[in-house]
Amino acid sequence: MEDTLVKSEIIKPENRVYKKTDLMTEKVLSYCPGCGHGTAHRIIMEVIEEMGLTEDTIGIAPVGCSVLAYEFMNVDMQQAAHGRAPALATAVKRLMPHKTVFTYQGDGDLAAIGTAETIHAANRGERITIIFINNGIYGMTGGQMAPTTLPGMKSSTSPYGRDLDMMGHPLKITELVAQLPGTHYVTRQAVHTPSNVRKTKKAIRKAFELQHQNVGMTFIEIVSNCNSGWKMTPVQANKWMVDNMFPFYPLGDIKVDGKMVEG
Amino acid sequence: MAKVKGDIVVDIERCKGCEVCIDTCPTGTIAMVDAVNGKGYHYMQNVNDACTGCTNCAIVCPDGVIEVYRVKV
Ligand SMILES: Cc1ncc(C[n+]2csc(CCOP(=O)(O)OP(=O)(O)O)c2C)c(N)n1
Ligand code: SF4
Ligand code: SF4
Ligand code: SF4
Ligand SMILES: [Mg+2]
Repeated sequence: MEDTLVKSEIIKPENRVYKKTDLMTEKVLSYCPGCGHGTAHRIIMEVIEEMGLTEDTIGIAPVGCSVLAYEFMNVDMQQAAHGRAPALATAVKRLMPHKTVFTYQGDGDLAAIGTAETIHAANRGERITIIFINNGIYGMTGGQMAPTTLPGMKSSTSPYGRDLDMMGHPLKITELVAQLPGTHYVTRQAVHTPSNVRKTKKAIRKAFELQHQNVGMTFIEIVSNCNSGWKMTPVQANKWMVDNMFPFYPLGDIKVDGKMVEG
Repeated sequence: MAKVKGDIVVDIERCKGCEVCIDTCPTGTIAMVDAVNGKGYHYMQNVNDACTGCTNCAIVCPDGVIEVYRVKV
């Protein structure tokens, strides 16, 4: 009895400290349980709301599991052909330079079929923010090997694990774009714990602020899970990500203020 | 030091039972229940009143189904 009294005293609008932002639509996310795409979507929308950019943002959705991002993100959106989001974002930003323009892309989209668009947009120093969700696999199409798949990692097209001799090396495209003079801020983050979510939010805010200063491309990789493609439970997948993805794709800033971070 | 007391409201019909929130709770307030929602997922619920309203669970929930409330007592 006392418990219910206490509860009803706490649960009042004036005491609310967290609620999903209204910039996420009411649609149920199409993502598998525990998939980091949902968290990544939500915090991008939180930053846009907190920065008062709701009316002035245009996002570009990719091809991949997040192909329907425009259904969930309640800001102006476009949807690009596979890998072409940076090209579309280039056009949008050049036509409407006052808008905050971001792309949201998976590793298959950004680092395989869209490699040319990624590298050239970065090298041209397009004033856009790229948000890159690296789960080391083609999630949407059934867990095929991606350029980002780890050495030895199993996927539906590397069932015995990625063999570097036969299949080549994983591509650290984030380190690659950081080398290009057109990028100003390049960082790698994650969204599986509260502190990582907070850090990633700060990185997104910083990227959008820099975009308004017209200094070059800002690029945020979010190392994420694909529990369906990895064939694990969401909790196992997050642990596997910490143990296997993070050593290969270490978290932290790679380029700040146009300069490589020593490390 | 002022003490805080919190509580959460879970939209159980939108919970996908992924369990990634469970270990983020510093007070052991949340757990999966045996019952399932309309989609057939076990859902998360608060099982005691130790919540401090820290928002950890809500921040990591991919589906954003948790609201958090906090008062100073
Ligand atoms: C031109 C073209 N080629 C191939 C495909 C098939 N396809 C759809 S999604 C995808 C890969 C997506 O992987 P990723 O970008 O990593 O996104 P994820 O689903 O992992 O988030 C591929 C190859 C396509 N839709 N269009
Ligand atoms: S297939 Fe993988 S990336 Fe796609 S929604 Fe499921 S867990 Fe997420
Ligand atoms: S708000 Fe914090 S203390 Fe309360 S249930 Fe969530 S994680 Fe636990
Ligand atoms: S993180 Fe969200 S969807 Fe997953 S079990 Fe917890 S409340 Fe449910
Ligand atoms: Mg992927």
